[in-house]
Amino acid sequence: MAVLTPELRAQAEAIVARYPRPRSAILPLLYLVQSVEGWVSPEGLREVAELLGLRTAEVEAVATFYTMIRPRPTGRHVVNVCTNLSCALRGGRDVYAAAREAAGLRPGEESSADGLFTVREEECLGACDGAPVMQVDFANHERVTPERARELLDALRRGEVPAPSRGAAPRDFRHACRILAGVEDLA
Amino acid sequence: MSDGPRIITAHWGDERVIPYEGYVRVGGYEGLRRALAMSPEEVIAEVKASGLRGRGGAGFPTGVKWSFVPQDTGKPTYVVCNFDESEPGTFNNRELVEREPHQVLEGIAIAAYAIRSNLAFIYCRGEFLWPGSVLRRALEEAYEHGVLGERVLGTDHRLDVVLHRGAGAYICGEETALLSSLEGYRGQPRQRPPFPAIEGLYASPTVINNVETLCFVPHILRNGASWFTSIGTERSPGTKVFSISGKVERPGNYELPMGTPFRVLLEEHAGGVLGGRALKAWTPGGSSTPMLTAEHLDVALDFESVQQAGSMLGTGAVMVMDETDCMVEAVRRMVRFYAHESCGKCTPCREGTWWVSRVLDRIEAGYGRPEDLPLLEDLVPNLLFRGFCPLLDGAVSPVASGLRHFREEFERHIEERRCPFTGRGSATGVAEPPAPPAPQEPAPGPVPLSEVLG
Repeated sequence: MAVLTPELRAQAEAIVARYPRPRSAILPLLYLVQSVEGWVSPEGLREVAELLGLRTAEVEAVATFYTMIRPRPTGRHVVNVCTNLSCALRGGRDVYAAAREAAGLRPGEESSADGLFTVREEECLGACDGAPVMQVDFANHERVTPERARELLDALRRGEVPAPSRGAAPRDFRHACRILAGVEDLA
Repeated sequence: MSDGPRIITAHWGDERVIPYEGYVRVGGYEGLRRALAMSPEEVIAEVKASGLRGRGGAGFPTGVKWSFVPQDTGKPTYVVCNFDESEPGTFNNRELVEREPHQVLEGIAIAAYAIRSNLAFIYCRGEFLWPGSVLRRALEEAYEHGVLGERVLGTDHRLDVVLHRGAGAYICGEETALLSSLEGYRGQPRQRPPFPAIEGLYASPTVINNVETLCFVPHILRNGASWFTSIGTERSPGTKVFSISGKVERPGNYELPMGTPFRVLLEEHAGGVLGGRALKAWTPGGSSTPMLTAEHLDVALDFESVQQAGSMLGTGAVMVMDETDCMVEAVRRMVRFYAHESCGKCTPCREGTWWVSRVLDRIEAGYGRPEDLPLLEDLVPNLLFRGFCPLLDGAVSPVASGLRHFREEFERHIEERRCPFTGRGSATGVAEPPAPPAPQEPAPGPVPLSEVLG
C-alpha cells in the first residue's frame, strides 16, 4: 500500500519545486514519509526514489547516513538526552539513565515494547547554557534532573504535551517530522 | 552584561524585535537599504575593510571570501547560511536566531546582493525544531514586506531564501559536506580546491557563512567599516559571542570585544567556577580546540592570542571543568563524539577515532595498560592532519591537550586500575568495556537486489 496519499504526494511535489534540482529535496521527502510511518520503511524509500527519479538504493544510502531518519519502527515520542561534555558535567548521564528506566527499556533496547518511547543518547544539542538538555520530539527541556525526566515521560504517557523551555512543542514525533518536512509549522 | 559594546546581541531580552516591525523600529534592514544604494563591489569592499572574520571556527576574512566569487562563469551564484551549529559547547547561533531572526536574514540579503545571487539557502540543523520555526516565520514576514522576493526593497534585485533542515550529522557543519547534504547526498566532505567560492552548490560559485558572521554584516553596512575596526583587536576586529557552559555559575552567551581576557568572561560574566571551586581545564572554542588550563586565565580571546597559547578560538565555545572533574573521562567523552560523527569517508578518521575511543574507554574503566599512553602519544601525530577534513584534527585536540596538561591523571588511572575521581574500575568490579559497539538491529525487509540494480 502506498505510504503517501494523493494529498501528501501533492505536498511532496511542492517540496521538490523549492529546489533548483529535485535531488536536494531528499531529506524533506524522507521526513514527509516518516511523518506518516513514524519511520522510513523500504516502501517509503521506494516512493521517495520514484518522486525524485532515483534508484531506491541511492535513497537508502542517503537515508542511512542521517540519525534523524529512522530505519526501523520508532516510538510515538522520541526522547533525546544529551550526554556530551557540558551536559555530562551537569549530570546528563543520570538523566539518560532515568529516561531509559521511565520508558521501561531493557539493556540494549532503544524503543519501548508498548511503542510509546524511543530513547536516544544524543550528542551536543546546542543549548549547553541549559545543561543537562533533553529533547522530547525535538523540543528542548533544559536543566532536567532525573526526577524531571521521569515526570516528563509520565506526562507523555498521559497524552500531554509538556511545555518546552522555549517556544512550542509538536504533539509527537510524526508531527515533528511534518514540521521538518516544511509542510506544517509550530504554533 | 556590563561593559563593552554589544552589537549583535544588543536587543536580546526585548521580544519586540522578533517580529518584522519591531526589528525595523530598532534600525533593522537599514544596512540592507544602504547596501542596495551601493554597487555590489562597494559592498564587498566595505566588508573587506571591516576585517570581519568568519565566526564559525576558521576565522577566514568574510569580505575576501565574497571577493573570490567569479561573475563570468555563466552559472548562478548562491549564498548558503550555515546554521548547522553542532560543535560541542556552541550555542550562540541558536540564540541569535531565536532572539532576532531578521538580523541574520538581513545579513543573508546583503551577502546575496554583494555576490549577485538570487537564491540563498539556510541549512538549519535538524534538531533545531523551534529555531527553524522562528526563521520560517521571519522568512514569511520578509516576503510579505518586500524584503525578499521579486524586488528586494523596491529595487531590481531579486532574492529567494529557502529554509533547509538537516537530519542529524555534525559533519554537515563542514562547508563542503554541507553542500553534499544540500544537494541530496550523504553529508561527506569534498576535495578542495576547487573551493566553494568557485565551485560550490551545484558546481556553481557559492558563499557559505556562519549565522554569527552574517549577523555582523548589517551593522557594518549601517555604521561603516572603520567603526567595526575600532572594536576588538587589530587582527580580530569586532566582538564575539562567547558561549560558556559546564562548571560555571551563569552559563550563557556573552558578547564581548575580541581580545577580552578569558578571566573577564569567566569571572565577571559567567560568575566564576561553579561553587567557588578551582578551575582545572577549559576549551576556548568547542571540543575540537585543545584544552587550556588555569595557567591560561589571562589569555586574550582573539584568533591570534589563543593560537599563541597553543589552542584555537574556534567557535568561541568555552566549556569549563573544575578540580573535581576527571580529565580522562572528559577526553573520553569528547573523542567518543568524533568517533560517532566520523562520516566514514577516510580511513584515518573512521578507524582512528574508534581505536582512540577504545583505548580511552579501557583506561577510564580501570583496564588501562602501561603501554596505552605511549600508544596514544604515537597515535596523535599519526592522526593529526591525516584526515580528509578537519574533523579528525578536532578529535586529536582533546587527546593531545589532555596528555600534555594532565598526563599524571592518565597514569593514576592505569596504576590504580580505577578512576581516582569516581573510585570505580577493574579493582572494584567494573567490567571491561566490550570490544565492538553494540550493533544496531538491521532494518526489516532489505531492499531486493533487483531494485538495487534498477
